Amino acid sequence: MSQPDQSDRENRPSPEALLAAAAQERRGKLKIFLGAAPGVGKTYEMLLAAAQRRREGVDVVVGVVETHGRIETERLLRGLEIVPRRRVEYRGHVLEEMDIDAVLQRAPELVLVDELAHTNAPGSRHPKRHMDVAELLAAGIDVYTTLNVQHLESLNDVVAQITRIRVRETIPDSVIDQAAEIEVVDLTPEDLIQRLNEGKVYVPRQAQRALRHYFSPGNLTALRELALRRAAQRVDEQMLSYMQAHAISGPWAAGERVLACVSESPGSAQVVRQARRVADELKAKWSVIYIETSRHHRLSEVERDRIADTLRLAERLGGEAVTIPGRRVADDVLAYARSNNVTSILVGKSQRSRWQELLRGSVIYDLIRKANNIGVQVVTSEGKPIPPKTVETRPGGEQFDFLPYVVTVGMVAAASLIALAIDSFVRLPNISLVYLAAILFTAVAYGLMPSLFAVLLSVVTYNFFFLPPIYSFTISDPANVMALVFFSIVAVLTSNLTARTREQVLSAQRRAKDATELYTFSRKLAATNDLDDLLWAFCYQVAALLKVRIVVLLPEKGQIAVRAGYPPEDELDESDIAAAKWTWAHNQAAGRASDTLPGARRLFLPMRTGRGIVGVLGLDRDRPGPILTPEERRLLDALSDLIAVAIERVQLAEDIDEARIAAEADRLRSTLLTSISHDLRTPLASIIGSITTLKTLKEPLDPRVKDELVTTIQEEAERLNRFVGNLLDMSRLESGALPIKRQVLDVGELVETALRRAARLVSHHRVEVAVEADLPMISGDATLLEQALFNLIDNAAKYAPAGSLIRVSARRNGDQLQLEVSDEGPGIPPDHLERIFDKFHRVAADGDKRPPGTGLGLAICRGFVEALGGTLRAANRADRRGAVFTITLPLPAKTEGELEAGAPA
Amino acid sequence: MSKAQHVLVVDDEKSIRRFLSAGLAEEGYEVSLAETGSEAIEKTVQGRPDVVILDLGLPDIDGKEVIQRIRKLSAVPIIILSVRADESGKVQALDLGADDYVTKPFGMEELNARIRTALRRRLQEQGAPPVYRCGDLAVDLVRRLVTLGGREVRLSVKEFEVLRLLVSQAGRVLTHEFILREVWGPANAENIQYLRVYVRSLRHKLEKDPTQPHYILTETGVGYRLKAPD
Repeated sequence: MSQPDQSDRENRPSPEALLAAAAQERRGKLKIFLGAAPGVGKTYEMLLAAAQRRREGVDVVVGVVETHGRIETERLLRGLEIVPRRRVEYRGHVLEEMDIDAVLQRAPELVLVDELAHTNAPGSRHPKRHMDVAELLAAGIDVYTTLNVQHLESLNDVVAQITRIRVRETIPDSVIDQAAEIEVVDLTPEDLIQRLNEGKVYVPRQAQRALRHYFSPGNLTALRELALRRAAQRVDEQMLSYMQAHAISGPWAAGERVLACVSESPGSAQVVRQARRVADELKAKWSVIYIETSRHHRLSEVERDRIADTLRLAERLGGEAVTIPGRRVADDVLAYARSNNVTSILVGKSQRSRWQELLRGSVIYDLIRKANNIGVQVVTSEGKPIPPKTVETRPGGEQFDFLPYVVTVGMVAAASLIALAIDSFVRLPNISLVYLAAILFTAVAYGLMPSLFAVLLSVVTYNFFFLPPIYSFTISDPANVMALVFFSIVAVLTSNLTARTREQVLSAQRRAKDATELYTFSRKLAATNDLDDLLWAFCYQVAALLKVRIVVLLPEKGQIAVRAGYPPEDELDESDIAAAKWTWAHNQAAGRASDTLPGARRLFLPMRTGRGIVGVLGLDRDRPGPILTPEERRLLDALSDLIAVAIERVQLAEDIDEARIAAEADRLRSTLLTSISHDLRTPLASIIGSITTLKTLKEPLDPRVKDELVTTIQEEAERLNRFVGNLLDMSRLESGALPIKRQVLDVGELVETALRRAARLVSHHRVEVAVEADLPMISGDATLLEQALFNLIDNAAKYAPAGSLIRVSARRNGDQLQLEVSDEGPGIPPDHLERIFDKFHRVAADGDKRPPGTGLGLAICRGFVEALGGTLRAANRADRRGAVFTITLPLPAKTEGELEAGAPA
Repeated sequence: MSKAQHVLVVDDEKSIRRFLSAGLAEEGYEVSLAETGSEAIEKTVQGRPDVVILDLGLPDIDGKEVIQRIRKLSAVPIIILSVRADESGKVQALDLGADDYVTKPFGMEELNARIRTALRRRLQEQGAPPVYRCGDLAVDLVRRLVTLGGREVRLSVKEFEVLRLLVSQAGRVLTHEFILREVWGPANAENIQYLRVYVRSLRHKLEKDPTQPHYILTETGVGYRLKAPD
């Protein structure tokens, strides 16, 4: 969720502020009619304003408006177009909700959406109406809405304290920050109470009694003040962002930064809200920090969940959430604070008893003592239920395990046997140490609880077997009572210490394992440049580590589509696709156990880099309910960050490749254009020139001149024709749809027709044809082969000097046929032997001496020959100067036999 | 011949019609012009031309259909104007009853030769069994005698059959399939390799240089043409 910029306090338009202003222009504008309490007339005011807008010619529709049967309100509604509501069946009730799709499709300029804090019926697209509104705004539709001040997340506690009623439906404060306009609908408490008494205020029947208290003059005054103050604060923010956008230097404090410390305590949420308020007042950036010490692993899943939720609450309120592994909370918090220029630290009031503080020290005390120039505020942390989660998580998999306790019983039993055995030989005063050994062993092996259980068992057993009177649970000697008490204390302390050490070792091992996994994974990613390999590695890794099914979706032609998955054969159903699209469009989690489309089978999470969302990943697990534990979610986030960066890297590389290919295509295109215009113009110039000469020549024409001109025209026109033919052939080749008509062919006939067509071209050369007698027939396309041969002859005629010999030969070479065209021209530079077959490649010659040509003929030649399964090679003649081109075609093995059948006897 | 031969030129390109009418008039033909297929059919019926020169790509009716519809009304020789790389189109047109083709772009000499062949054939059909003479080659169909520079050339039965077919329509292109059907029967209409073998041996016996034949010419992808008689 984007926050109005409060961070950059420099004396110039901050880019963020300008961007936010630009985004504001494209998005729809939100106007909130803010009231202190129900019944002040927000809906009425909203309808009045809408009617006004409608008179101004604005296209207004009603998305949802509750009239609660009030006649004045209904009368106002009459003139407006109402989008029919969607009916949702839920547990036998029919609920009516705003039909967001219908509104989006209707695409009005302005839509009225009453009761912003409303919670949608289960099965709706979003659980909350304010999310619907966000989507409408994103679609560029202006929205008018109503809101009571008690529904604001950050004021929720305050309102609860004032009215003693806690409202469950809350909306994040960022919603109000996004509003372009806020209008406070104000009514004095006296008037409101009078309206209530006249029955003009809608009150649900079951809440009537509670609300009597709510509507007391004192409460209403307080609420009214809150509403006005919140609106005023918003006005202040507007001014601030205006001033930032216009580079007006202001009185804002430089570099204030607030840091809130949170723990697993339920009051942490309150600390977060307080931090937000403080930061708002200071116009400061704020963060929330959680120090993950070894204690973290001993926390219950409920507590870990609460930490994750608290951190997420911070993010939702616009703060930054940070988790740092550490040893001593106060030191780590201060280290972070110093490196991030934090000016004040908020910490919740301690819930530790005095006794605990003496024993373990107090974080608050340490903070205050060591903070130096950083201010520390201790805030009350009266508990408040944790707000709804963005993505629910599954309770962790640690189930109660009986085995350690069974083993503990065995250990203590063994200790007793050993102690009894020793006792039968020697009388040891410190036989209890044997039990201590067993206790330490269980502490090392299984942790705190089993070891405490071992302490208990040991005390009982020791007493039973060794403290007189033995074989009874009574103790006669008071000294022994003392000994037993101290034994218990020592045992508890040592087992506690040992268990803690064990926890730390385990946690270090876990962390090391996670780190190793991530490191290995990141190295694997770094070594891969193929997108599919990357995704496969990622999917496999996630599936193996988290035991989930995963799909990865990447954008393809503007849509996102499944690109990889594990198991690979998984497919998405429609609700999954909708959730994935939503995630892609909004860069937020959607699907199972989330706020949006929770009915989907999978949970979809955005894969982000610093530059934005690069893809969406979908998770699924057979067990119902939330998919991941918080730890798994954290691990997944880390992996997902890695893969997102890797994907981006590959995509950037692909972009560069594409740019290079595009540049190459561009170069080819421009070469082609140059070549075409040159090759078309040269013959045309000769033709037009000759014809105009003929026209202007005076009668009688000199027959020699006339003949020369006419010959020029004919030759040049034929050249033009050949050139156009080449272009056609090339485009046929390039289109990939070269029609091949295989026939049985006589090589002699190919040579005959090619030479006949080339007759005029080689009229100044000597031509020698050597077709081996009794060559077998070949299988091929007559047109293509004739053209290939023609192009070779054309090429030879072009480069070899007049009067020289062009030799066309065909012979059998094993099971291949070799067609050769050799000339007595200058030959081919060795480094051009392959490149002459490239399109538009011409062997560079000095200036105008280069014979005219397109650089297409040989490329076409090779294309045709290869299409028929043959090869074309260029070489320089061994016997003398000159080039030789060889077409090699496979001879069909059986054709010969077939042919014999038709031959005369 | 007292009366000038009448040629109907059908082409939608104005420039082609212009140079054809000028060129053909110069050769002494009476020329009429048509732009569309329907106009061509109409003028074939009314004007009774001696030869129709027909472009295959017409704006209204497909050229092949024009051939079919003309054939229902008249046996007038039809010469197709076609483009390179459309060998199958040529073959189809010939199968539908066209007499010959010229590939665009073409020279007037080539077209005139085709027109002459077509006109001669009309005359032949009206009588007189010919003796084919072209350069050194003479073929007497009645006596089944083939001579090259006065010396008799011995041909096998099938060789002679192929040559007889070519001679009977000398100057005109004959498709592979037509020759195969006539000489080997309909069952062998696809076995081009038979034909190639016999044409090769015929060339060995008749041509001075079999690799650059003078009499039996290959029409790539279509068939063979015996050089028109002198």
